[in-house]
Amino acid sequence: MNGPLLFLPLIPLVPFVGFLLNGLLGRRLPKAVVSTIALVAPLISFLIVLHAVFLVSTGSVALPVIEHGAPTWISVGTLHADFGSVLDPLSLVMLLVVTGVGFLIHVYSVGYMHEEEGYWRYFAYLNLFLFFMTVLVQAGNALLMFVGWEGVGLASYLLIGFWFQKTSAADAGKKAFIVNRIGDFGFLIGLFLLLANFGTLTLNEIVAKLAANPTMTGGVLTAIALCLLVGAIGKSAQLPLYVWLPDAMEGPTPVSALIHAATMVTAGVYMIARTHFIFDRSPFALSVVAIVGAATALFAATIGLVQTDIKRVLAYSTVSQLGYMFLGCGVAAYSAAIFHLMTHAFFKALLFLAAGSVIHALGGEQDMRKMGGLRTKIPVTYWTMTIAVFAISGFPPLAAFFSKDAILYAAFTSGSLGKILWFVGLVTAALTAFYMFRLWYLTFWGESREDAAHPHESPWSMRGPLVILAVLSVCGGWIGAGRFGAFLAPAVGSRTAEAAGSQVEIFLTVLAVVVALLGWLIADRMYRQRPESPAQLAAAMPTGYKLLANKYYVDEIYGFTIVKPLLVISRYLLGWVVDVGILGGLAWLLAGIASLGGAILQRWQSGNLRSYAAWLALGAAVLLYFVLAPHVFEAAGLHLGMAGH
Amino acid sequence: MNSLHMVQHEVPLGWYLLLSAVLFCLGIVGFLIKRNLITVFMSIELMLNAVNLSFVTFAHQWHQVRGQIFVFFVMMVAAAEAAVGLAIIIAVFRARATLAVDRIDLMKL
Amino acid sequence: MHLILFIVFAALCLTGAVNLLLQKHPINSALSLIVVMTSLAVLYLLLGAEFLAAAQVIVYAGAIMVLFTFVVMLLNASREERTLGSRIARVVGFPAVAAIMALIATTILRIQCFGNAAIEDHITSTTELSAVLFTRLLLPFEVTSVLILVAILGSVALAGKSDEERTGPE
Repeated sequence: MNGPLLFLPLIPLVPFVGFLLNGLLGRRLPKAVVSTIALVAPLISFLIVLHAVFLVSTGSVALPVIEHGAPTWISVGTLHADFGSVLDPLSLVMLLVVTGVGFLIHVYSVGYMHEEEGYWRYFAYLNLFLFFMTVLVQAGNALLMFVGWEGVGLASYLLIGFWFQKTSAADAGKKAFIVNRIGDFGFLIGLFLLLANFGTLTLNEIVAKLAANPTMTGGVLTAIALCLLVGAIGKSAQLPLYVWLPDAMEGPTPVSALIHAATMVTAGVYMIARTHFIFDRSPFALSVVAIVGAATALFAATIGLVQTDIKRVLAYSTVSQLGYMFLGCGVAAYSAAIFHLMTHAFFKALLFLAAGSVIHALGGEQDMRKMGGLRTKIPVTYWTMTIAVFAISGFPPLAAFFSKDAILYAAFTSGSLGKILWFVGLVTAALTAFYMFRLWYLTFWGESREDAAHPHESPWSMRGPLVILAVLSVCGGWIGAGRFGAFLAPAVGSRTAEAAGSQVEIFLTVLAVVVALLGWLIADRMYRQRPESPAQLAAAMPTGYKLLANKYYVDEIYGFTIVKPLLVISRYLLGWVVDVGILGGLAWLLAGIASLGGAILQRWQSGNLRSYAAWLALGAAVLLYFVLAPHVFEAAGLHLGMAGH
Repeated sequence: MNSLHMVQHEVPLGWYLLLSAVLFCLGIVGFLIKRNLITVFMSIELMLNAVNLSFVTFAHQWHQVRGQIFVFFVMMVAAAEAAVGLAIIIAVFRARATLAVDRIDLMKL
Repeated sequence: MHLILFIVFAALCLTGAVNLLLQKHPINSALSLIVVMTSLAVLYLLLGAEFLAAAQVIVYAGAIMVLFTFVVMLLNASREERTLGSRIARVVGFPAVAAIMALIATTILRIQCFGNAAIEDHITSTTELSAVLFTRLLLPFEVTSVLILVAILGSVALAGKSDEERTGPE
């Protein structure tokens, strides 16, 4: 390895060591030691990433850097997998986001989870998550990526169900894991197809093989792309596998911020960007991606309009924004999607952490109908959350303005389907602004609807990350979509129709801002000026309101069509017939045979001397027969001796 | 067997062996049907004697003294065995107060 | 002459053996066994084994059977009682015995070249016997005496009175 050392393997390994230390010893260590271990690990990873960024920016290291892990992991037939890692622009961006935001959330958790019994367990799981996420992002081999993929699912399950004594939390963890599994099944099929058609799972080799075959489009590649898409849908909570994400809010708020906003759910987007060379060859798959993304964005935004739990609103908002990222990928604007991923990480994490601060201030209250008037009582939280709300609505010059517009412009310039999807995205932007401001007004403005609690501001360990994320939300987009796209181009390719600063683009941008303003104004009117109007509107459209409030009854439909039949089959068919009947019967049969055999043989040991003698005599007769028979049945006159006469 | 003279003075050795076999089988039969422990033991002695006879017969056939020496040792061992066996019978009688073979079945499973 | 002697004493043997089986009282069986042993001694003499004939009478008939008779007296054995019986003994045992008899008889009858025995045949003298016994087989001979010692100790240990019985009820 030439050039300066990058310590790439340490990036996942240090959090893993943190997990081991806290997991095995944390129960007996004092909280200060646990926090130190848990904070030092992601900090070290972040510093290594910064070091790499520094080296790259000064030109000492040229990207991409491909390291092959020393021990070969699997070597069977044509399948060779190792622990190699890849550092290219895409993984560098992802690593920055994961370790940076991850570290901030670790710091926040120190304050938020301070009173918890399972403090050590929480941080162990959090470090474990960081380990798997960095493995996923750095993997140069699709199989290793899958390991990270599954691992983050596991960490998510553990953390959602952190308060496992609460039935709803345990159920939510299971739901997340199972729904993810469905997606993972698609991912696996995709991997199998990749291996069958390319003979390797190392991404660079697949790129090379595809490059050597420029006429290969559609067909098998579409199948592979669609299978991988299923995996991404499961992990990134798109239609129809989004149902686990709102329930995942049962976990602690920092977990929601890290895993279900900033990092894990973006793994699907990352995966599509990473395997873009397959999607690029299949226009059909790309269209599917775009349609799924746009539909999800709209669908989730409509549900978010009427939710009353502050975290649920943010959850549906996450689903909706992920839809935007999928839309971006679907129109082959991968860099725009990753750009939005980055900015979204900043403001969504900020939103969740601020919501956590609000919940902490109110002593655990999460229902927005019981909040209000907090803006004077928790100022830091108020101001940072305000920045985040403006950011997500897409107001310039805050972060999401740049990234969202990049995606919308790319969609508009992608043919007739693109224009329809652009319109859907525009409507969703309006809805986004509306429900975010609704949240803002309900939480911070008006009279306080909850008098019992005395709201107090959070400790500095919680306020610090809020401030840092707020700063990032403001200036995170200033790099500009164009320069970002140029930076990522070696990894994800570039779209040819990028005409920055053209008239169409300026027009679309202004339109998007106008639409966001519209959303704000309506929210202002409904929730600040005339607080009784939401109830009137709901009464005027009762069925529509009920449909939205019950999330379109999707969970109930799934429960009826899928879960219930499975339970019936498991309980009766597999439980009674197979388990008790066949397997139990088989065991009973074997035991019965042994027992019967024993009972029969036991009669032989009668203790009776004479019967023993009789069996002895029989044995002697048999032996005698075998000894004498050869001699007896030969011709008579055997010479047994010549002595005698 | 050519002449009466010869007939009177010679016995085929096979007859001795047949006698030995018959005595042996009578011994086994005695072991199987007798109900008194001491009588069973006596049948065993009968079997040993039958075998001794066949050894002596073969010693005569081969003109070797080995057969007779073997009989000598068999006798010694039979004496020792009879002594110990009868002591055991006495001990069993003390424990079970019966000499009936069928009543001494403590070894049954 | 040899033939007549053989027939007489063989018949005595068989009669004694059968009587042993038929008698109900163990003392009668013991006496029949003595008859068998003495006739066997004569048969040994006919086969030229004079020392063994003497040993047979002295050891077997004179010591072992006396021991049997003493035990019968000691234990006050009486007529055999009808007990449960063993069906297996009859069903499995008798055919087995018949098979053994048939096998041995067939073997003996098939093999013709045993030769004959006559009165003029060589008589094994005690000198011959002891010449082998005290030179080549000296060790087994001495070991036999140890064996007999062990047997004595064993029977004393097994049949002797236990401590409680010796001291008796106080």
